[in-house]
Amino acid sequence: MSVITVERKVLEKNDLIAAEIRKLLLGKKIFAINLVSSPGSGKTSLVERTILNSKDKLRIAVVEGDVQTDLDAKRVDQFGVPVVQIVTNGGCHLEAGLVRDALKSLDLNSIDLLIIENVGNLVCPAGYDLGEDLKVVVASTTEGDDKPLKYPAMFRNSSALIINKIDLLPYLKCNVEELKNNALSINPSLKIIKVSCTTDSGIKEWINWLEQKIKTK
Amino acid sequence: MHELSIAQEILSIVKQTVDTKHLGYVKNVKVKIGKLSNILPDSLLFCFDAIKSDTQLKNAELIINQKPVLIECSDCKKISEIEPPVFSCPNCNSINIKMTGGSELIVEEIEVNDIITEAK
Repeated sequence: MSVITVERKVLEKNDLIAAEIRKLLLGKKIFAINLVSSPGSGKTSLVERTILNSKDKLRIAVVEGDVQTDLDAKRVDQFGVPVVQIVTNGGCHLEAGLVRDALKSLDLNSIDLLIIENVGNLVCPAGYDLGEDLKVVVASTTEGDDKPLKYPAMFRNSSALIINKIDLLPYLKCNVEELKNNALSINPSLKIIKVSCTTDSGIKEWINWLEQKIKTK
Repeated sequence: MHELSIAQEILSIVKQTVDTKHLGYVKNVKVKIGKLSNILPDSLLFCFDAIKSDTQLKNAELIINQKPVLIECSDCKKISEIEPPVFSCPNCNSINIKMTGGSELIVEEIEVNDIITEAK
């Protein structure tokens, strides 16, 4: 009987590919965000509003991740930006290998900002590095104010929290201050921006913040 | 729910180790799983058992060593264990903390029955 020391990261294969992607994007001067949230919080709507409000300033490309259908890619395609759909066929998160393959379909010489929209899920995507510069988590007011406490890893690993659907606040019990405090108790350095993808409220602030991040890469 | 893909990665690391080191039958596989790594131990055990069909691994038992969430306080410098979702120093209540443990996902070691020596 003998004991063999292994000491290897379970996700080492994913991390290696993520590092490869990060190097590739750095060489092409592309800033990448990994957009995460629960299903239905408005990730695709945020992508649409971001494209519409920054088209003159930023060349955007989008990688869409979904369990099934190319509905999101079709939505984004209407805005005239390059988009690739990844269908995970049941997979609950995107992995670096899937993103690397998707990038082969994009012209990386004409992109400033790559938005990777992950599968709607506040659990699994937290553990998979996709080679992004930062993770942005979306939480909508209809989900209530306790999500950061229930899914701490996702909020801990993100750089910004976009609180979406603030136009619905008069009809909901969600306390936005409570939501912000809960998120900051998990991650005090989280940048929080309140938006509505219906009225475009807060979208300019979000884009300005994003542009600052892109400039400092 | 991505324990199945985690179990597959664990098995592939173990198989690689067994093959490159010409090892015999694997008795157990020890993994370190941080409490904040979003892995449900029972589910990981179930998935591991369901896919360990390889002859050298079919009797292998997965042993999960769950690691607590550890923080180092940047103010009082103390290292403490915390219980999420509370992310503050239990000693001085500071939120100025660095996570030093709890997100581990590591294959630590494997125990094998015998070592097959290479033919001379």
